[in-house]
Amino acid sequence: MDEDVAIIGVGQSVFARKCGVSVRELCFQAYKEAMEELDITRDDIDASITCSAPEYDKQRTPSGLISEYLELTPKPAFYVESVCSSSSTGVRIAWSLIKSGLHKVIAVIGFQKMSELTSREAAERMGRGGDIIWESPFGVTMPAGYAMYARAHMAKYGTTEEQLARVRVKNSSYGARNPKANYRKELSLDDVMNSNVITSPLKMFDCCANCDGSSTVIVARGDIAKRVSKTPIWVVGLGAATDTMTMSGRKSLTGLECSQEAGKQAYEMAGLKPEDIDVAEVHDCFTVSEILAYEDLGFAKPGEGPGLIDDKETYVDGRIPVNVDGGLLSKGHPIGATGGSQIRTIVRQLRGEATEAQVKGAEVGLVHNVGGVGQYGNVTILRR
Amino acid sequence: MGFESFGTVSFTAEAKVADFVTYLEQGKVMATRCKNCGAEYFPPQMDCPRCLGTEAEWFELKGGAKLITYTTVQYGPSGFEDDAPYTLVIVDFADGLRTFGRLSRDIKESDIKIGMELKVAPVKQANDRISYEFQKA
Repeated sequence: MDEDVAIIGVGQSVFARKCGVSVRELCFQAYKEAMEELDITRDDIDASITCSAPEYDKQRTPSGLISEYLELTPKPAFYVESVCSSSSTGVRIAWSLIKSGLHKVIAVIGFQKMSELTSREAAERMGRGGDIIWESPFGVTMPAGYAMYARAHMAKYGTTEEQLARVRVKNSSYGARNPKANYRKELSLDDVMNSNVITSPLKMFDCCANCDGSSTVIVARGDIAKRVSKTPIWVVGLGAATDTMTMSGRKSLTGLECSQEAGKQAYEMAGLKPEDIDVAEVHDCFTVSEILAYEDLGFAKPGEGPGLIDDKETYVDGRIPVNVDGGLLSKGHPIGATGGSQIRTIVRQLRGEATEAQVKGAEVGLVHNVGGVGQYGNVTILRR
Repeated sequence: MGFESFGTVSFTAEAKVADFVTYLEQGKVMATRCKNCGAEYFPPQMDCPRCLGTEAEWFELKGGAKLITYTTVQYGPSGFEDDAPYTLVIVDFADGLRTFGRLSRDIKESDIKIGMELKVAPVKQANDRISYEFQKA
């Protein structure tokens, strides 16, 4: 097990519409939580990986800044980006760097301070999220991309807007108990159904909110992990895949192929099946995204995802609890920090520390983190 | 002419496939076919990653097209504020090419049906801009 790789520390800031501190201070909040519980100091960390979506950052090349502020210099600092799944990509790179023997303990720090941009600047960047030659000139947006998946799923399988709304009702019930979540109100089915249409069929409460936030995941070589952590959480499966930037390049519009492929890789590496997963965090940037994830990750057959939420099988006491921390929908979505926050939730679940909504006896957990409208897919399987 | 006049808002101009816009001016919506291996592309591209060819011929997107999915956007990004609401669509041509674009404003949202037959046509927009849209077949 010495050659294996484990997560030994996790932390996240409170996610909020406006954090009111600088990027380095925001990152410190998550780093502090991750390090406080460990019997190591910054001297034991031999590299850092910073993860964010640079189009939202004022600071150029933030990895150097974070390395200095945490006094990690002269250790090497790397920077990775896969939009909304940046910090899952960061954990994958950390795993490889440790497995290769180059490094022993790596801090993966994800952040985004969306409030650094004016809403006009944010809207300008939103317009460049698609292929800027072929699709952005038509006015494509992130919600519009997922709305087209929603519409295709509804047409093929008879999925209803109420079924989508039920995902938000579930996630809001857990978000209300999460002290780190941006949105802490419970929402009823009527609240969601009566909210303004953003891009049909998605309404305001079908969508997550942009946020400020940070996350930290400390990844370590097995022998060190066992020495310094009471309950190391082992990284047993990793999957990563891409799909086309253009919407016209997608072969399927009723599921994300990058999720299916990343999931397949992760299950294979872990030697596990969907039914072995005790608790999951999936990328619910929109309600439909969670339904697609149920199917893409094998928790339900294609077309049967809506049945899982109808039957409350993804609640904390259901067959496969999903996003019982509120998900992106309630926590908010600070792009570069999101994957690390999802990993934090699963690590706390597997340690039995998720006091707000603990899945009893959870041993194996899955994290599904998607960048863009299904452009980058990452699946990470963790085991106690 | 390059892509500076394409769509409601353009973000870049230069490309080897800029003739796409010239063809739009002539009333045609085009795709490309690799001169070396015959692979067809939409969006058009001169370069072929399958055979490493760098020359392609243009062919017109014609004939029956079918609506695969759509959304009507109520809040657009910068530059699209006065444009919304507008409907984005994914459409398949009979020969298998999948395309993306706008649906004609002549079709009401309540009349949109997945699977409906459409045709593609160039459209002139305000301020000398040009685009294409999908219309009732």
